[in-house]
Amino acid sequence: MIENRPGLNLLAHATLILGVCIVALPVWVAFVASTHGPTDFMSGTIPMWPGPHLVENYSQMLGAGVSTSGTPPVGTMMFNSLIMALSIAIGKIAISILSAFAVVYFRFPFRGLAFWCIFVTLMLPVEVRIVPTFQVVADLGLLNSYAGLSIPLIASATATFLFRQVFLTIPDELTEAARIDGAGPMKFFRDILLPLSRTNIAALFVILFIYGWNQYLWPLLITTSSDYYTIVAGIKRMADAVDGLPQWHLVMATAMLAMLPPVAVVVGMQRLFVKGLVETEK
Amino acid sequence: MASITLDNLGKVYPGGTRAVGGVNIDIADGEFIVLVGPSGCGKSTLLRMVAGLESISEGEVRIGDRVVNKVEPADRDIAMVFQNYALYPHMSVRQNLAYGLKNRKTPKDEIEKRVAQASEILQIGPFLDRKPAALSGGQRQRVAMGRAIVREPAAFLFDEPLSNLDAKLRVAMRLEIKELQKRLRTTSLYVTHDQLEAMTLADRLVVLNGGQVEQIGTPLDVYRRPASAFVASFIGSPAMNLISASAVPHLPGTAHAGQIGIRPEDLSVTPDGPIAMNVLAVEELGAQRLVHGKTGGERITITLPSDAPLSDSMNLSFRPDALHLFHKDSGKRMD
Repeated sequence: MIENRPGLNLLAHATLILGVCIVALPVWVAFVASTHGPTDFMSGTIPMWPGPHLVENYSQMLGAGVSTSGTPPVGTMMFNSLIMALSIAIGKIAISILSAFAVVYFRFPFRGLAFWCIFVTLMLPVEVRIVPTFQVVADLGLLNSYAGLSIPLIASATATFLFRQVFLTIPDELTEAARIDGAGPMKFFRDILLPLSRTNIAALFVILFIYGWNQYLWPLLITTSSDYYTIVAGIKRMADAVDGLPQWHLVMATAMLAMLPPVAVVVGMQRLFVKGLVETEK
Repeated sequence: MASITLDNLGKVYPGGTRAVGGVNIDIADGEFIVLVGPSGCGKSTLLRMVAGLESISEGEVRIGDRVVNKVEPADRDIAMVFQNYALYPHMSVRQNLAYGLKNRKTPKDEIEKRVAQASEILQIGPFLDRKPAALSGGQRQRVAMGRAIVREPAAFLFDEPLSNLDAKLRVAMRLEIKELQKRLRTTSLYVTHDQLEAMTLADRLVVLNGGQVEQIGTPLDVYRRPASAFVASFIGSPAMNLISASAVPHLPGTAHAGQIGIRPEDLSVTPDGPIAMNVLAVEELGAQRLVHGKTGGERITITLPSDAPLSDSMNLSFRPDALHLFHKDSGKRMD
């Protein structure tokens, strides 16, 4: 908008600030809760300002964990989540960029069919195929392992489709120039395609890392040993204290800690992320 | 350096569309050949067949003594300059120049030497560490040529390299390409739809129409003795006047002629000339003026000096030997 009216500016800012408040309020409540003692949240009035137990709560979670709910220390769960999120993100990118490369640049029989088969898997997210997938993973002996946590989630039609679109925007002349310059297919992939899709890879990495980090149902299903609990599934287990009250201050401290890695990824890769989503010129 | 031979070359696309057919061209070592024709005439397809980017359905391409029909583009010892430059956007100019050599396992100091040489010839030394996005169109064009030069190939292939540049730069670069080719003596095949570019650059012109060769010859040859009515109308600016032979029935020797052509500069204004023209419009070009008019039902253009007197109707005359006669069925030249 090019109009310059102070009233409108004020309105725009008010709307934005209101939106931020609505989004941030639950986070604030979680943070406040994580700084109070065990009984404060049971008293009926929810405190709105931080209490004095911040260091104590967080050091307990990072060190010992909550023994009553059977979850390991937060550090272990964070590490498991990190491994899972990274394997999913990196695995998805590696597989989908290669399949997009095959679909776009190679003329092989049934190429169209291959692409459509990949595309159809969009209709089959984990939730739909969870029972057969569980059976397969169990038969392969992958329960309670990092491979079992990540491999069934790695195949990705969305990412393949995204890379296909990226590759289609790269001019044919560039491919031809590379051919004349003596670059074979894999060399072309490494020297030209990878660097040119760098920003798209970064954007996808951010999205997929968060996707992997936030996985809940799948890890809940296939991990029975506490050594392989992920943090998102672990929070749920903590809140489900069977005999006794849930220790909200500790649950919230864990939730705050669980938020940090995705935030770090988004903040750290923000510039590339935005570039990857808006950049069109190659 | 090498000669290039196109032997009965043809291209049929799957589905049966014929893009090019029966093309025979012998290109001598060091020769500058320009393929010219309107869009869709198959000139780019022809070039891409020589480059190896398009498969060959009929005939043979020989570079030197070697048949290269099935040889990969990289192994044909050619370098190509593309219309949109096709520089690798993520590499610096230096890396762009060196990439092809690096892939061929050229020793490092040799690469450096050749890049330095090419950048001196093309005066791109100051930009060597910039990315293509930071260069102007003309500079990018130079880098694209540099990428061809460093390879020291047997032949250069140019695919309309100047059509993305503005008019002034195009003229300057045209001259530079000409000088460069004279200096390096590398066999060159150049595609353009611009007949002026074709005339000025070529040692020999190949005029294409509908996938067929209409005429091969030196620019002056083609200009003076166009082999068909198509060539006559395509080469030369302003275009040759082509008049239906039936409009001038009293002319001798025109029994089988379909069209009669005469260059605008071969017509002169004389008070008792046989052609009476009504002037429709005048275009001032500075050194000369183009006068467009009508005689009978035919449009006609003449070039006059800029100080020549103008009037609404003029009588025109011509020397009989300036006429070009084209056959009524084939459109071919009749003498």
